Amino acid sequence: MQFWVIQTLNSLALGGLLFLLSSGFSLIFGLMRMANLAHGVFFMLGAYLGVTLLQAGVNFWLAALGGGLLVALLGGLLERCVLRALAGNEQGQVLVTLGVSFIVADLCLVVWGGDPIPLSPPAGLRAPLFFMGLAFPTYRLAVLFVAIAAAVLLYVVMERTRIGAMIRAGVDDMAMARIVGIRVSLLFTTVFCLGAALAGAGGVIGGPMLSAYPGLDSDMLPLALVVVILGGVGSLVGSFVGSFIVGGLYSFGTALFPDLAYFVLFLPMLLVLVLRPRGLFGRTLA
Amino acid sequence: MTGLEGVGRWFWLAAAAVALIALPWLMPNDFYVNLASQILVYAVWALSLNLLVGFAGMQSLGHAAYLGGGAYVCAWLIANAGLGHAAAALLTVLIIGAMAGLFGVLALRASGLGFLMITLALGQILWGVAYRWVDFTGGDNGIRLPSRPAPFGLALNQPAPFYYFALAVFAVVLLVMWRIAQSPYGAALRGTRDQPRRMSALGYNVWLIRWSAFVLAGFWGGVAGLLYVYYNKFVSPQALSLQQSAEVLIMTILGGVGSIIGPVVGAVIITLVKTVVSSYVDRWNTLLGVLFLVVIVFMPEGVVPGLRRLRRRFGP
Amino acid sequence: MSITLRRRTVLKGLAAASAGAASLRAPAVIAQPAPIRVGFLTVKTGPLASGGIQMEQGLTLYMKERNSMLAGRPVEIITADTGGVPANARAKTQELVERNQVACLIGPLAAFEALAIDDYIRQERVPTLSVAAAEDMTQRKANPWFVRATSTSAQCSHPMGDYAAKELKYKRVGVIADDIAYGHELIAGFQRVFEDNGGKVVQKLWPPLAVPDYGSYIAQIKPDLDALFIGFAGSNGFRFIRQFNEFGLGGKIPIIGGMTAIDESLLKNMGDEALGLISTCWYSAQLDNASNRKLVEGMERDYKTDPGFYAAATYVNGAVLEAAFQAIDGKAEDKDALIKALKATDIKETARGPVRFDPYGNVVGNVYIRKVERKGGKLVNAVIKTYPDVSQFWTWSPQEFMANPVYSRDYPPARFLE
Repeated sequence: MQFWVIQTLNSLALGGLLFLLSSGFSLIFGLMRMANLAHGVFFMLGAYLGVTLLQAGVNFWLAALGGGLLVALLGGLLERCVLRALAGNEQGQVLVTLGVSFIVADLCLVVWGGDPIPLSPPAGLRAPLFFMGLAFPTYRLAVLFVAIAAAVLLYVVMERTRIGAMIRAGVDDMAMARIVGIRVSLLFTTVFCLGAALAGAGGVIGGPMLSAYPGLDSDMLPLALVVVILGGVGSLVGSFVGSFIVGGLYSFGTALFPDLAYFVLFLPMLLVLVLRPRGLFGRTLA
Repeated sequence: MTGLEGVGRWFWLAAAAVALIALPWLMPNDFYVNLASQILVYAVWALSLNLLVGFAGMQSLGHAAYLGGGAYVCAWLIANAGLGHAAAALLTVLIIGAMAGLFGVLALRASGLGFLMITLALGQILWGVAYRWVDFTGGDNGIRLPSRPAPFGLALNQPAPFYYFALAVFAVVLLVMWRIAQSPYGAALRGTRDQPRRMSALGYNVWLIRWSAFVLAGFWGGVAGLLYVYYNKFVSPQALSLQQSAEVLIMTILGGVGSIIGPVVGAVIITLVKTVVSSYVDRWNTLLGVLFLVVIVFMPEGVVPGLRRLRRRFGP
Repeated sequence: MSITLRRRTVLKGLAAASAGAASLRAPAVIAQPAPIRVGFLTVKTGPLASGGIQMEQGLTLYMKERNSMLAGRPVEIITADTGGVPANARAKTQELVERNQVACLIGPLAAFEALAIDDYIRQERVPTLSVAAAEDMTQRKANPWFVRATSTSAQCSHPMGDYAAKELKYKRVGVIADDIAYGHELIAGFQRVFEDNGGKVVQKLWPPLAVPDYGSYIAQIKPDLDALFIGFAGSNGFRFIRQFNEFGLGGKIPIIGGMTAIDESLLKNMGDEALGLISTCWYSAQLDNASNRKLVEGMERDYKTDPGFYAAATYVNGAVLEAAFQAIDGKAEDKDALIKALKATDIKETARGPVRFDPYGNVVGNVYIRKVERKGGKLVNAVIKTYPDVSQFWTWSPQEFMANPVYSRDYPPARFLE
């Protein structure tokens, strides 16, 4: 009994983290028709920036914000200087983000070294929560709430603001959006920065659970891919649902079928790609 | 396909052949001969991917499945099932070919980015199995190959004999690729890359052509896997990783898709950066990333066609 | 700022000989012998990186104390980072042997790396002072070119099994370790001796080496265990204990550690939750002998940290190497002589205590049971019991021991799992 409760809570916490990671990826994919393979490295960079900010004594949540903003800056630079030069060449853009991920990952290694660095959760959330004879890390529940709050915020932005309407229009039909007068290039930069910010903040928030370590990027990127493929490209609801499905698959998979852990994760993704390429909630084909 | 015309082309080919054959005597020590062998292994692998990426225009991020897959199958058959080298090699390429057939059916359900994702997913599944199914694959420990093959009784344990073996295989693969490029099949393949709808209208079975390219790419990838495991006498899950798939894709694109020499040049550059440069420059990963960036942005067709373009612009 | 070992240690002996112009490598006035090239395989990225970095620090310290001269010859250490990936370990080993023409190797760190380079070492006949703990390298498939001054994976676990059963009086114990050869072997040794003395291992958990989050494993730990034996390497022990406490299990289930789980290098990041943790190792920074005092002082001075398993490993290997070089008059390139001298090592005092090798090339030395205490304001591994003269075979004869299969995930079979 204890096992199931704790694993479910773990899945929820992981799912929340994955939402922060993959929502940005999904938006970028949906709007710019491009798989940003640097997304994993945005997450990792965020985590490392969090390490430095926390060491400098910055409050945890401010560090998360700070990490997000700094990574957004990097994302913006990347988008304007490099991706723009390859406008129209989507596959080239994808490969360029791969190249960028090599560079940033290596530079992280130079700056922060090869040893995994755990981040400390904020002081108030360190003690475990006791209920029903079980204990669970309070911080992980906080992650879940932060993710839900972020989801609500994003939903409001997407559904209730002008810029959200523009993004949705772009995802649905780029040509029409241009004709209607939407400034697509500015939109691209905005979305890319937003995605990067979410990933960067996610890295800091995930730090106490996962630590900052070289290889975090290549551990997280495939998970983001699975979430987005399962949930559907360009769909926020899809990212949300997909994140928790993957969180559950990962937590229960590693516990119940340790030998087949990755199989359990990627098989659903494969099935979806083959049987229903648009994912559960996607509007367009991958 | 090499871009050189007439007598000049044969001269250069002959010169290259002589240099390659004389290589073991030209190198200061065994390390460089082994390096050359490594380059040949990766060149074969890049050539196999080129069928897919260059000729058929389909980008795959899961090609490590065939290198690693071939290496694992062969190592397992010899180390755990006790097969001899000839039987193991034959069985390996057949199994890998079949796997490529299956994967091709799955992957070709989509095109472009979807295709990329599916190949990535398939590669990751194989990697996950190799990494976690410890009882079968040894997990992180990998599988050791007890011995190198001895074709026709010639031992390949020393660097120079192995190099010649790899060179022979490489020459065969190069020839095969060249013949495919020249053949009607090759033309049809390039047709499906450039004008799929027109090809379809003309009566070509586009799906079948693409699938056959996928299988061929996987098959020759498996051959590269054999060379890989013979050279290293060892295989671990890292051979199936996303990193490896990305590297071979980079090799192919860097060198220049669509030409035969391109992937070979790419393999040379990347392998040299990884091994030699990494001894002098700690930040070789950054170098690799920057190289990739520069090539994609300024020479998207690759180094070989890019240089050709520059030569035409500036040269006589 | 910490001092790092540059890729090639400069020939300090030569520089000292040439008077004045230190910036120019002028031809030596006095005929200096050619440098001995020693290859050093370590890990500077990934979960084992913290260990690899300490290995480098320990070796640098040893060389620095001797001005990079051993047995009258300058020594050049050529470092290679394998990243903890077996394929890279092979590639780097080949590079060191073929391109740099090293006389011998120190390292590698991980057992799976050692397994990957085993046949190459045999083929090229390279004397190797291993840090990696892979059992069979000095047992059933003993590599004649291998000597190991550290320990096999299970060498320190056997005494712990004895201690846990007899002195801690535990009856029902769970085990958790990294899912790699090292983890399997370490646990197996503990299980065997523990169960031979009346204990029962009722749960076994194997998280992958590089898993960032132990949540789903901690959730599976049975709440009624007498103790949990942890066999983590690198920095995983530290992260596990932290998450263990976050899940409220700290203090509820005592933790006992294998030889790398509660390492000195991790203690400095831990707090009061570490007090009282018992572990086993062939080393402790608290050992009181002249050689260790120098090591501890040097590490404190240069790197602001206590030496642990990994730093001590290379420091002791340095001592073994030096003794061997001296025994053969510095003729390090004579491989047969070098390996013979290495195997004949019998040093009474190294940082870990006495060191000698059994006929299979593995060390016979002391194993210490340690307990975390606070001393002088910092956490240390205080030695509470010493098992002297422990070999890799514990109380069995080599023949008896090797008649069984090698330790693995499934051997000895777990008969008491619930």
